[in-house]
Amino acid sequence: MSILVIGEHDNAALRPSTLNVVTAAKALGSDIDVLIAGSDCRGAADEAATIAGITRVLKADDAALLDGLAENMAPLVKSLAGNYSHVLAPATTYGKNLLPRAAAILDVQQISDISGIESEDTFVRPIYAGNAMATVRSNDALKLITVRTTSFEASEFGGGAPVEDISGGINAQLSTFAGEELTRSERPELTTADIIVSGGRGMQSSENFSMLETLADKLGAAVGASRAAVDAGYVPNDYQVGQTGKVVAPNVYIAVGISGAIQHLAGMKDSKIIVAINKDEEAPIFQVADYGWVADLFEAIPQLEATLGSNAS
Amino acid sequence: MKVLVPIKRVIDANIKVRVKADNSGVELNNVKMAMNPFCEIAVEEAIRMREAGTADEVIVVAVGPSQSQETLRTGLAMGADRAILIETDPIPEPLAIAKLLKAVAEKEDPGIIILGKQAIDGDNNQTGQMLAGLLNWSIGSFVSKLSVEGPTVKVTREVDGGLENIELVAPAVITVDLRLNEPRYASLPNIMKAKKKPLDTHTPEELGIDVSPRLEVLRVLEPPGRAAGIRVNSADELVEKLRNEAKVI
Repeated sequence: MSILVIGEHDNAALRPSTLNVVTAAKALGSDIDVLIAGSDCRGAADEAATIAGITRVLKADDAALLDGLAENMAPLVKSLAGNYSHVLAPATTYGKNLLPRAAAILDVQQISDISGIESEDTFVRPIYAGNAMATVRSNDALKLITVRTTSFEASEFGGGAPVEDISGGINAQLSTFAGEELTRSERPELTTADIIVSGGRGMQSSENFSMLETLADKLGAAVGASRAAVDAGYVPNDYQVGQTGKVVAPNVYIAVGISGAIQHLAGMKDSKIIVAINKDEEAPIFQVADYGWVADLFEAIPQLEATLGSNAS
Repeated sequence: MKVLVPIKRVIDANIKVRVKADNSGVELNNVKMAMNPFCEIAVEEAIRMREAGTADEVIVVAVGPSQSQETLRTGLAMGADRAILIETDPIPEPLAIAKLLKAVAEKEDPGIIILGKQAIDGDNNQTGQMLAGLLNWSIGSFVSKLSVEGPTVKVTREVDGGLENIELVAPAVITVDLRLNEPRYASLPNIMKAKKKPLDTHTPEELGIDVSPRLEVLRVLEPPGRAAGIRVNSADELVEKLRNEAKVI
């Protein structure tokens, strides 16, 4: 088995999703190349080279690859795929955008969002918002797979793989990057945080969400939200946890004013400990919570902050 | 400009799915079916484009069993002009669906194809990106804002870090995210009118597309369950449990 991992990065640095995908690759074989395709992406490539247990880093450095546009990236993936048995990418918005295009032009039926590996051709993946787990075997000679990052540990650094320059930048002239509005935050990233404080419709306004931010900062936590809170405009879209948002699996997930629709549970039910704070004792979130507190969040959150503040460890 | 909107019939989003006792799949018999919620957003966007004068015809397309006609009629009742069913049972995998849609697109020559970012049954999130790849068209995936300005389609995409703006050369494939719009309900008069709108049926054979599966579903299981834990009654109790019992803070 030889495996190509499509590294996710911002040219300067690697994104942590790549580390989880490398771990999935290690379950398939030991010959693992990581592709860093970008522009002025030496920083990301050098960082990738230090991931323990990989064979090489392939660096494709070309202006056409600067923004990771799928139209320009997919032909590169296609040109490399012949050397591999598996091509893996993270099931992040980056991987989900790119890999199906590459799969289509390679005539491969991609396997999306795998959470388990049974053998080189057999994988487990959630369907129906995680309400069922399907085990599927691929009959394609080449496998293209996106990996659910929370289902695989992050690989460690400490290696020293060679970085090889490859060519392959193609500008398909189909699309242009025209700017981004990224959410800037000093808090941990949702998908890698140990603790998440998440709010729902019960928060009632974006001003009230700042209560959760204060609580999160006391705990060193990331802040998430249900779809209802994002739709209502309380917080930006990248806070959304759920079937169609981010999938998270922290040590503690504190759901505040979240009723617990199946679409939300799909994104957080692999958390180690779930805490639910909700004034409706019938809320479905209590059925999955390790610790449930039936309380008005506007009283509960200040009390929680006070308790954490008074006997901080 | 024509707008093509591929749509899918799935289990209603409000129904709790049950895994079949023989672990071959999920129970679809006597279960309420509906249009995939993301597809409703795609249909709505196409109709708004026609209402705004950017588009002059909206065509809904479904790939699936004959009952998918109901889903197409829903799209027509929302305001689509005509419908195409590619009749095939079971519903093929995303790659085969993309090939069928490519054949339809080559015949209809739309200026834009708008579809849901994922269907809530398989959660694959593949069809739109694959279709764009097969057609060698531009792709705007997970779109929350869309405007057509001459030969350019401007989109805002919902990405993990926030929002990203991309300019696409038309014709383009767009996959829509939740916050693009709020789909309308079909009114009763429009539901009646929809019954008379044209609905053509084709088969994969007619289009010359092989839809045989590449993946074999070996089994479908219930996910590992999660039992409800205990109730706490104060902040002190909760913090004590998290510190000393769960040892997570």
